[in-house]
Amino acid sequence: MKILVCISHVPDTTSKINFTEGDTKFDTNGVQFVINPNDEFGLTRAMWFKEKQGASVDVVNVGGPETEPTLRKALAIGADSAIRINTTALDGYQVAKELAKVAKEGSYDLVIAGRESIDYNGGMVPGMLAGLTGANFVNTCISLEVEGTTATATREIDGGKETVNTSLPLVIGGQKGLVEESDLRIPNMRGIMMARKKPLTVLEPSGATTETVTASFEKPAPKGAVKLVDSVDQLINLLHNEAKAI
Amino acid sequence: MSVLVYTESENGDFKKTAFEVASYAKGIADMMGTSVTAIAVNGGDTASLGNYGVDKVLNVTNSTLDNFNAEGYASVIAQAAKSEGATVVVVSQSANAKYLAPLLSVSLEAGYASNVVGLPKSTAPFNVKRTAFTNKAFNYTDITTDIKIVGLGKNAYGLKETSGAAVTEDFSVQLDVQGVTVASVDKATDKVSIADAEIVVSAGRGLKGPENWGMIEEMADILGAATACSKPVSDLGWRPHGEHVGQTGKPVASNLYIAIGISGAIQHLAGINSSKVKVVINNDPEAPFFKAADYGIVGDAFDIVPELNEKLKAFKAANS
Ligand SMILES: Cc1cc2nc3c(=O)[nH]c(=O)nc-3n(C[C@H](O)[C@H](O)[C@H](O)COP(=O)(O)OP(=O)(O)OC[C@H]3O[C@@H](n4cnc5c(N)ncnc54)[C@H](O)[C@@H]3O)c2cc1C
Ligand SMILES: Nc1ncnc2c1ncn2[C@@H]1O[C@H](COP(=O)(O)O)[C@@H](O)[C@H]1O
Repeated sequence: MKILVCISHVPDTTSKINFTEGDTKFDTNGVQFVINPNDEFGLTRAMWFKEKQGASVDVVNVGGPETEPTLRKALAIGADSAIRINTTALDGYQVAKELAKVAKEGSYDLVIAGRESIDYNGGMVPGMLAGLTGANFVNTCISLEVEGTTATATREIDGGKETVNTSLPLVIGGQKGLVEESDLRIPNMRGIMMARKKPLTVLEPSGATTETVTASFEKPAPKGAVKLVDSVDQLINLLHNEAKAI
Repeated sequence: MSVLVYTESENGDFKKTAFEVASYAKGIADMMGTSVTAIAVNGGDTASLGNYGVDKVLNVTNSTLDNFNAEGYASVIAQAAKSEGATVVVVSQSANAKYLAPLLSVSLEAGYASNVVGLPKSTAPFNVKRTAFTNKAFNYTDITTDIKIVGLGKNAYGLKETSGAAVTEDFSVQLDVQGVTVASVDKATDKVSIADAEIVVSAGRGLKGPENWGMIEEMADILGAATACSKPVSDLGWRPHGEHVGQTGKPVASNLYIAIGISGAIQHLAGINSSKVKVVINNDPEAPFFKAADYGIVGDAFDIVPELNEKLKAFKAANS
């Protein structure tokens, strides 16, 4: 089985978000970038397929040279090789279109992406990629088993979960649950050394167009101070009469 | 030309979000001087959509669509969009709508903006405000394709009742064999889901252990609320993963969010910022959550929650 794991390179979850150039650009100054958490769960599940079922695992990112440390980290965790499509990611459609080309040309059986990136929260790339390549698609995937060309997956639904049967080629939008938090791997020294020797191929983009344009950003209005109350009665009264929430 | 809205139902009843997306579609239709058509799958009381601005309902009755299927449902909406010549398609941000929207986007060659929080700033260019960086910011996005798909965040627009009448037409669709089929569904029918809840009662590591969640569930029962938790609580196995809220868990966009024994780490707050009213109960006055909350009580959850439950019960009895 050939697995492709899509890796989005996102600000660490503790990042303070600021903008520059008249609120039209995300300010990357002082921001630490990491593998998108949803992709980290997917990558770890891919390592399980590699170790238990002999799958090969490639990782891919659409982005500039600044994303290479993130791809190297994925190699240090255990991926076999990395691909970087050398262009700025502009919207979900353009990214999906670039990824679809790699997925098709590489005849991948399984493409693992994340439910959403924690930066733009598009939640679009995996579904679009499935639509563009004609593969089956399971979103908010929290468990995945593959046997030959058939797959069983569990996905999170509102208020519960659902088990589905499907087949390869398959794209999933993965998240926590694919593996446990405690199974996530921190690259060790040996992994980091080996990652340096693994192939990282840079491909030129096919020039996919966009469907959306981010015109500008805005920060939420500052919040008023909390109202501290001393008694439960007072809280109920405020929630009922002032906030109209109960 | 019209605005098409996908109105979701469950067990034959429209969900509250169906009325919200309908209201929103009406808002867009007014801006563009056009009408609203709803597409419903095995819908119930389709006439009720008229109260929220829908002019026409296309109702699909098809037993192969009894279980949700993203590919099949996306295909139904695409066929409706084509038959209506829709230029804008509105969907909610339920798990199912988020699942089908990117597939719909590909088949209609329509740009999609997710997590939208209000009416378009303008319709030419078609510019919408959406949340980004997990609620730490907003962005204004132009959708540049002929057909536009808008995913409206829950509680972002609210319900707007009007006095209108909706005509219902049966709509028949062509469906391909589905590549993904449902084997089983595991869903608590007696519980409110975080996605649908108006009130969410959430607790963190301050509760010390899973054995102490009885009072949290009791509060949720009294308020008709969903229960949620912080990430470490689900990582420790005290609560199911599906209850984990925050940047890497579920987003919460309820009307009221009550946080008990949760410190208010940036990753937790990121996921709950879209909730309207936030209440925090914590014994540490320095807990960062107090900076993000509307109302707070500084004190021990083990004293406050049982008392609050008793008083809430009395309040509910007096006010219902
Ligand atoms: C990559 C990454 C992603 C993350 N994503 C998320 C996420 O999505 N969601 C999330 O929640 N976290 C997330 N976290 C974890 C986050 O950083 C915090 O560690 C977590 O939210 C803390 O959970 P907590 O508030 O329950 O526990 P703690 O931080 O331990 O806080 C417990 C609180 O309970 C209070 N308390 C103690 N005893 C009592 C009592 N008797 N009565 C009242 N109050 C009491 C304490 O004062 C304290 O404020 C993430 C972390 C990382 C690194
Ligand atoms: N620039 C990118 N390069 C590679 N994969 C990406 C990129 N952007 C998004 N993805 C993948 O698509 C998932 C969902 O992203 P999004 O649709 O942007 O929320 C991510 O978790 C990644 O797996």
